[in-house]
Order: sequence, then C-alpha cells, then structure tokens
Amino acid sequence: MKFSEQWLREWVNPSIGSQELMDQITMAGLEVDGFEAVAGEFTGVVVGEVVSVEAHPDADKLRVCQVSDGMQTVQVVCGAPNVRNGLKVPFAVVGAVLPGNFKIKKAKLRGQPSEGMLCSESELALSENHDGLMELPEDAPVGQDIAEYLKLNDIAIDVDLTPNRSDCLSIKGLAREVGVLNSLLVNAPEILPVEAVHSDVPDIRVEAPEGCPRYLGRILRNVNLQAETPLWMREKLRRSGIRSIDAAVDVTNYVMLELGQPMHAFDREEVAGGIVVRMAKAGEKLVLLDGQEVDLTPETLLIADHEKPIAIAGVMGGEHSGVSEKTRDLVLESAYFEPIMLAGKARQYGLHTDASHRFERGVDYELARDAMERATRLLMDIVGGEPGEIVEVASWEDLPKPRVIDLREKRLADVLGLAIDRTTVEEILSRLGLHVDKLLKDGWRISVPSFRPDISIEEDLIEEVGRIFGYNNLPVTEPTGSLGLRAREEAVRPLSAIRNYFVAQGYQEAVTYSFVDPKVQQLIDPEREGIALANPISNDLSVMRTTLWSGLLKTVLHNQNRQQPRIRLFESGLRFEQNDGQIDQQPMLAGVVVGHQTSENWVNGRRTADFFDVKGELEGLFRLLGIEIQFIASQHPALHPGQTAELLRDGEHVGWLGTLHPQVQKNLELNGTILMFELFLNSIVAGYVPNFKDISKFPEVRRDLAIIIGGDVAFAQVEHVARKHAGEHLTALRVFDVYEGENLGEGNRSLALSLFWQHPERTLNEDEVHSLFNGVIDALKEELGATLRS
Amino acid sequence: MDNLEQLVQDGLNAVEQADNLQALDHIRVEYLGKKGVITQQAKTLGKLSAEERPAAGQKINEAKGQVEQAINARRANLEKIAIEAKLASESIDVTLPGRGQDLGGLHPVTRTLERIEEIFARAGYSVEQGPEIEDDYHNFEALNIPGHHPARAMHDTFYFNPGTLLRTHTSPVQIRTMEAGKPPFRMICPGRVYRCDSDMTHTPMFHQVEGLLVEKNVSFADLKSTVEEFLRVFFERDLKVRFRPSYFPFTEPSAEVDIEWGREPDGSIKWLEVMGCGMVHPKVFEHCGIDAEEYRGFAFGLGVERLAMLRYGVKDLRMFFENDLRFLRQFR
Repeated sequence: MKFSEQWLREWVNPSIGSQELMDQITMAGLEVDGFEAVAGEFTGVVVGEVVSVEAHPDADKLRVCQVSDGMQTVQVVCGAPNVRNGLKVPFAVVGAVLPGNFKIKKAKLRGQPSEGMLCSESELALSENHDGLMELPEDAPVGQDIAEYLKLNDIAIDVDLTPNRSDCLSIKGLAREVGVLNSLLVNAPEILPVEAVHSDVPDIRVEAPEGCPRYLGRILRNVNLQAETPLWMREKLRRSGIRSIDAAVDVTNYVMLELGQPMHAFDREEVAGGIVVRMAKAGEKLVLLDGQEVDLTPETLLIADHEKPIAIAGVMGGEHSGVSEKTRDLVLESAYFEPIMLAGKARQYGLHTDASHRFERGVDYELARDAMERATRLLMDIVGGEPGEIVEVASWEDLPKPRVIDLREKRLADVLGLAIDRTTVEEILSRLGLHVDKLLKDGWRISVPSFRPDISIEEDLIEEVGRIFGYNNLPVTEPTGSLGLRAREEAVRPLSAIRNYFVAQGYQEAVTYSFVDPKVQQLIDPEREGIALANPISNDLSVMRTTLWSGLLKTVLHNQNRQQPRIRLFESGLRFEQNDGQIDQQPMLAGVVVGHQTSENWVNGRRTADFFDVKGELEGLFRLLGIEIQFIASQHPALHPGQTAELLRDGEHVGWLGTLHPQVQKNLELNGTILMFELFLNSIVAGYVPNFKDISKFPEVRRDLAIIIGGDVAFAQVEHVARKHAGEHLTALRVFDVYEGENLGEGNRSLALSLFWQHPERTLNEDEVHSLFNGVIDALKEELGATLRS
Repeated sequence: MDNLEQLVQDGLNAVEQADNLQALDHIRVEYLGKKGVITQQAKTLGKLSAEERPAAGQKINEAKGQVEQAINARRANLEKIAIEAKLASESIDVTLPGRGQDLGGLHPVTRTLERIEEIFARAGYSVEQGPEIEDDYHNFEALNIPGHHPARAMHDTFYFNPGTLLRTHTSPVQIRTMEAGKPPFRMICPGRVYRCDSDMTHTPMFHQVEGLLVEKNVSFADLKSTVEEFLRVFFERDLKVRFRPSYFPFTEPSAEVDIEWGREPDGSIKWLEVMGCGMVHPKVFEHCGIDAEEYRGFAFGLGVERLAMLRYGVKDLRMFFENDLRFLRQFR
C-alpha cells in the first residue's frame, strides 16, 4: 500500500520527522518498503497564466503565448496542444531548474524569443504524463511557487503489509496505528448521512448471501461526469499510485484509499432491471473494464443485472456497465464480500486489483454504509446529482459474528516472558480499538472491532500487546528446559563424513536443482519417467530427477564450456520416483569424473582418470563405512556396455558405477571419458562397530602365482575359486599384475596373484601351505581353464 | 725394533693416503690383520729373553694401537665425506610443488548448513529430515494455512496435483516430528525448499533451516535470546539484532529479525532482514495433538543462501546453483 505522508498527517500528525515516522510504523509490523518524493527536484516554477495565444509565424505546431507570472508578462513559445487563453499552468521562469538539472534560459524558437517554459506533469516528474500542459484550477493564485501550491513537500510511502493486516490498507487504518504508537487522537473526517431527494432506489437481490452477506446500493441521478476531479483529489490519488480516470472512478478509489472500502459505480442505463448478486452459471462470459473477455466459472461470485453479468464481485467491473462521460445516473455499490468466497478468484482470472486485494484479506464488515455516504458526498461535490435512499440487503447469519475473547494476565506474561502492568495493557488494547468489555479476575474480556478480522484467539491479543509494547522492550532470557542425551548409532556414518571423504579425494560438491530437463533425463534414464510438475518454471526444469546424474552432467557441460577440462563433482540429495502411485523419495549420492586423475603436475599428472581410479575411490569409501560391496558386470542405458558395474551389498542393489555411454555423451555434447557413480545412501551408511580379534604372533606366509585365463573369465571368479580352496587361514589375496598380450593367445589375460596365509595360534608348516597353494592352482585350472604362466 | 717404528710410520703414511674405505680396510688387514706386518712382529718376541718380552710386547701393542687409532680416525673422516657426498647427490628442489590428489570442497550451502547444524546441535537440537514432495496437509493445513488463506499466494507453490506439492518451507518437518514424538522438542530441519519464482533475487529452489523448541515453560523472551545468540555466533560478531512484528500463520506472536549490517548514507544503522520467528500457534499444536495450555514453543526459520551470501560476500544468489567450479573452489 502506497500512501502520501501528508494525507496521513491530515488524520494524525505526530511531531516526528518522516524517517522516524517510517521507522515507527516498520517497527509496529507495517514494514516500510521504501519511499519516494512525490515530485522531481526543481526550482523557479510558479503558477502562470496564459494571457494570450497566437500562431507562430514560422511553425505550424508552435504557439506564441504571453504568460503572466504575477509580476510581469513575458513571451513564451509553446508546442502543447492544450495551451489556450486563460489557462493556468506550471510556469518555469527564466533561471528555473527542472528535474534532471535542466536549466531554463532565454531562447529563440524558430526565430521567436521565448522566456521560460510551460510545463507538463512529466516535466516536473510528477507523473509519466506528457500529453500536454498540466492544467491547474482556475482559482490557482498566479505567481505562487508551484511546489508550495501543490504541497509537493511530501513523500509517497510504500508499506508492505502482511496479509493479516487488511485493516491498514487505508489511511484510516494507518492513522489508527500511528495514533496508538504516539498516543494521539485521530481526526477522522465527519461522515454524515446524505439525505435522499427522490425515492428512486435500485432493485437489489442477493442470491448468494454466504458470499455477499451485505450489499448496499444507491442511485445518484443527473450527474455531470464531464466535471473534472479536483486537483487535491487527483494529487492524493497520484501519490497513492492511482491514475485519475473520471470523477466517479476517482471518488470510489479515493474512498477505498481513505476508508478501506472498495466500491463500484455502474451506469444505471446499462443495468437491466436491477442488481442480482449470484454465482456465475456455466458458459457465462464477461468483458471486463480492462477489455479482456473472460469465461466465468461457476464458483465465481457475480454482480449481474436481470440479463447478464456486469461485474466479478469484489474484483473488477464489466466494461459495458462502466460509467462514461455520457452517464447520467449512477448506481453506487458498497458491499461486504466474504474473503473465503473471493480467495484466489482474481488470480484465477489473471487479475489482481486493489479491490480484490482488500476483499481477499477482509474488509471491515461494518464499513459499507459510511463509505457509501462518504462517496455520495464527495461525488455530489464534483458531479452534482440527486441522491436517493441507500438500499441495504444484509444476511445477519452470514455476516461475521462479533468476537469476544478473554485475555489472561498470566498467559500474557508467560508467552511474552514479561508481566506488563495492567494499566499499560488496557491502554494499548483500548487505543487499538480492542474494547475491554469486562475486567475479569485473571484478565480481561475483549470485544474485537469489525475492522480487525485477524484477531480471533487469545494469542492474537498477546501479539497486539507485545507489538505495541515493543518486541525490543521485552526481556532476553535463556530457555531453561533440561537437556537429555540423544541416541547416536556408532555403526551409521553421518553424511558429513561421506562428503568429507569425497572432498579429500578431490571432488567438489555440487548442488543442482531437483527438477530437470525431461529431454536430458530421457537420455540418461529412459526407463523411468520423472514426476512432472503441473506448473514448472520452464520446460527445462519441469520433471523431478530420477537420478542425480541429470543435474551433474549438465554441470559438467556448464564447466566444460568454461574451459574446465578436469571436473570431479559429487552431490547428495533426493531422487524421485513414482511406483504404483506411491511417491518414492530416496537420498542418493552421485559423482562424475572427467579429465586427468590428478591435476597436471611435473611428474605424471597427465593420466586420464579411468574406471579403476573411481572404483578405487569408492572402495575407499566402503572401507570407511565398514561395508562389503560387490561390483558385478552389468548393463545400464546411460553407461558404456563394457564398462558398467552394478554394485551389490549382500546381493542387494545399492548403485552403479560406469563410463558414460559414448552415444549419450555425444547427444549431451560432452567431452572426454566421463565416469559416473550413484549410490543409495540409506543402503550404505550402516556399517559395523569394530570387534577386536587377537593379533597372531606367528609369521605370515606369501605365495605368488601367475595364471593365464580366457578373456571371458572375470577376476571376481578367479578370486572366488581361489578363496574357496585356500582354506580358512588365508588372510589376503592381491592382484599385482594384469597383462594382455598377443603372446598369451587371442583374448587371453595373465593375472599375477599373491596369497597370504597366517594361523592365529601356530606357525603354518611348509607342507600345509604347499598343499593349499597347489589346491588353489588345481582348482583354477579345473574350474576356470587357467594355465600356469611359466 | 727399529723396524717396528718404521712399520708404524709406513702404516700411518698409508692410512693418510687411503682415499676410500676399501683401501683403508686393506691397510688394516695389511698391518693389523692376523698376518699383518705389525701383528707378525709378535713372533719376534720368542727370540727375546723373558725380561725383555713384556716391554717389547707392550711396544708392539702400542704400535698396533697407534695405527688402529689412525685407521679409525681416517675411517670416521672418510665416512663423513662419503655421507656428505651422498647427501649432496640427493638434494632436491624443495620449492617444486607437491603431487597427488587436489583437495575438493564442500558447496557453500553445505558449508553454511553444517555450521548452522553444529551451532544448534551443541545446544541440544536434533537435526530432522522430511520429504521434499509434500502433501498439502503438512505444508499448509497443519501449519494453519487453510486453502483460502492469502498467505498461500505468497508461497508460489509448485504443484504435482491439487494435494501434492514441493514443500515451500521446511516447516512441515516440524509437524512430522511433533506428530511422531512427544514433547519436549528441540530440533532443526535443514533442507531444500521450492517456490515457483525465478529472477535476480529468487531461485526456484533454495535452502532453509527451521528450528523448533517446545517445552512447558518457554517464552518470547527465550526465543529472543536463542535467535540473537545464534546470529552472533554465526557471524562471529557482536551485532545488533532487532525484532520486528510480522505475520506467519503458524506462529503468534510473530516477528521478523533484522541484523545491523553497516550504515545507511545518512549514518543510521542499516538493517537487514535475515530470519522469521515466533511462538508456535495454538492451531499448530492442536494439529499435532499437543496441549497448547500445557506446552508452549517457539519456531524460527532462516534462508541458508541469504546467510551464506552475507557471510561470504556472494552478490548473486543464482551462482549457488550454476555450480561453476571457479565459484565452488572458493569455498573449500
């Protein structure tokens, strides 16, 4: 809500400066978002009067005017279309400085001397309007400084009101707050009933009283809508950010700003029969004041006549029934619409109006009549006319009920942490209009005024007291509750330990969006469909990720496009899947690696990271976590068919490791060999609590062998067979060489293994070891077709 | 015996001239070994009389000792030279860079989150997690934001269908934690949240930490100390903190928290909004089956990116999610 400080001060005028005033209301919970001067900075502009206008001898569009500044009359050349004899305008005399440091000097325009300039609103930075000269009222005193005349020593203050404070969406409400904060009385304008001069009344039927518990209508006949809105009103509207349209619209807007009641004026000619407040029917359409035609939905509360919709209640009027210069009789509307009924309606039609903003948040349900009287009086002062009676249709059972709330003194002290003395509490409450109905033994019985729909429980009253007392005047104390110890599973490693592990391995953590580009995800994870957002921010952020790779690969692309050839990234976070209508949200840990394994250095930093580098890093992680993971050759649509491992823990799937499929890589426009892994965090974080075993005092025995095996035999098989036959005292099995060469025969490989045995209680003798070793060799020969390499 | 002196002299000369340990060892064998020329002198003792023998023997021993001493001294010297030569040959350029894996780094959001978690964990707060795809009830209804509430419009919610959405705040985790447990509670819930908004100062995803304390006797004054202390500990500065009345449907009274952050051009304190907080609304307790007459609570919420930006001087929120390595590497 934007308002003029001057206007507020007409209602309540504390003796504090503008900044202090803004700080004060901010600290009362009405946050000032900003402020701006209501005009640009200028000097030397006075009220001028055009005494004569003649055509310019050498220019069609220019006029040569004689302008009086009250002291003397000078010649001014002017190009504005609305310059005319007798017009009073802002006149920048020679020596004046206009906004933008524009100095007014004597000049010649097409040969004619010009001493000064007649100004438009935009030239004084009052508004954007530069259609013509700013026209001043006929009674404007010639020669008076324009800033003084227009009272431009004012600022427009923008308050960002929270949705509960609908009561402050008006000068009246803001003045009430400022009055409370400064212990001042508020000067409200006197609102007296306007007496009817005829018995012509609108026919009003409310068919949806639950949405419109109160509707007031009045006819104002024989108005002159060619009459101009007075400058003072236009200025107040302008400073509140509202454009002047015509007297009828201006007055309803003015009353809305002043009192908080949105109103509407219909052209009576265009209201067929009478007013009906009802829900829309399927298929109904309405062309709104802004020119757009909308299809009305049946949940929409309408103002209709006996034939058609004429307005969306509380949101916007129809174009057809709106007033125009030709309108003779007005039907004025002042109503209370139920916030729940209006909630989201404006948005549904892509609208947000000053009226809908207020009705959605709750307008004072007792305000409609005062507003009607105020608007009638203001209108008649401008456009004349003959007022009729006000017709009020109210449904008492649908109107909000008066609320009475008990506030307990102890509860107030308990919640705020301070016992505020009773007199102070009572003073705060009553100044806010929260009437103390009754003093109770332990507190107060408060009746809540109709303009505070936000107050419905005791806590709301506590907040009001705390807010006005000042949060910063409340004490600061430490919570006193006792602290128990919390369970902490030793076998479960915290995520932070895993993150730190990857950081130590040279990985940079990334945080990517949880919603991704469905086209990218389709390439990486074609078998699963990401859950789609109904209202995504854009197409490339429209489905939930089914794998963290979607975001990480995009991050690789981003960085490769920025000359970063070596990229090691990891991320942890949820991935989302829908299975049989059930949404599954699983925490994952994923990584991507591309480029050199270590950053380039002077010894050997040019080796490109490969599968086994990343596998080694994962094995390190699994050792850290204390878990055993099997890597099984497998297939994944995003991964290279010959370089893909599925990770299993006790036979259960826990993740993938592999090289990005070259085709996918090409489609994503990525460079280099990209290694990727993704793990289910919940499946790997729980390891074990160490359980000490005695250290053997007896020597360890090592035996090495080299075998040649076929290309289709995996090391895992070799290990499995070897372990099976190596007996219970095998302590380790390591591969120390892998060799492929033509001399071994097509597709064959040679593996060099070392086996370690140790007995916990005695020295193993040569024969035992020899027999186990030979057993291993024989089994490898028999079961895997291995041959010993000589 | 003149011969002995000559032998000693020869030996000493030879030792003097030995330029390596091997040569020195030859000399030792030649003079002092079993068949060494000085050792052999002992055979001459048999030709001497019993009276002469001890003196002659002693002379031989002295001669041996003399040569041996020279050899030892020379050996020590040669060894020292050898070590020095070896060390000299082994010297390296210690100014060359080390090699091995570079260090990676945590994302600044994680770094900030870990810091916040640690600060609260020390005060006994547990760290709770919840789903990011939430239902309407936990994200709104249970937090006293019914369907028609204007506050819903402020949330710019991402929906999947009318009842399912991306959580707009981490507050639903409070609800889930209270539903599942029994008071008292001291918890924070950090995590990703989503709003359908994207411009210079908004990203459709960001991080929040929500805190909750529920006990029998807790007040707004306790909330003030918790929030003030947190901000001072987090920023490691004794900064001014102020509480401004505000509105959240799930707290009453509610406040926004500003911190002192430099000065305005006119010299007054520049205040920056960093957190929201308040006393848990009775309706929220009601939804979680907690008696609001018996228990009271406070809750607070903060934007992690906002704090990270202030702490590390990041100017553009969007950089957090571009994951440009040149940005990320600055936070390791």
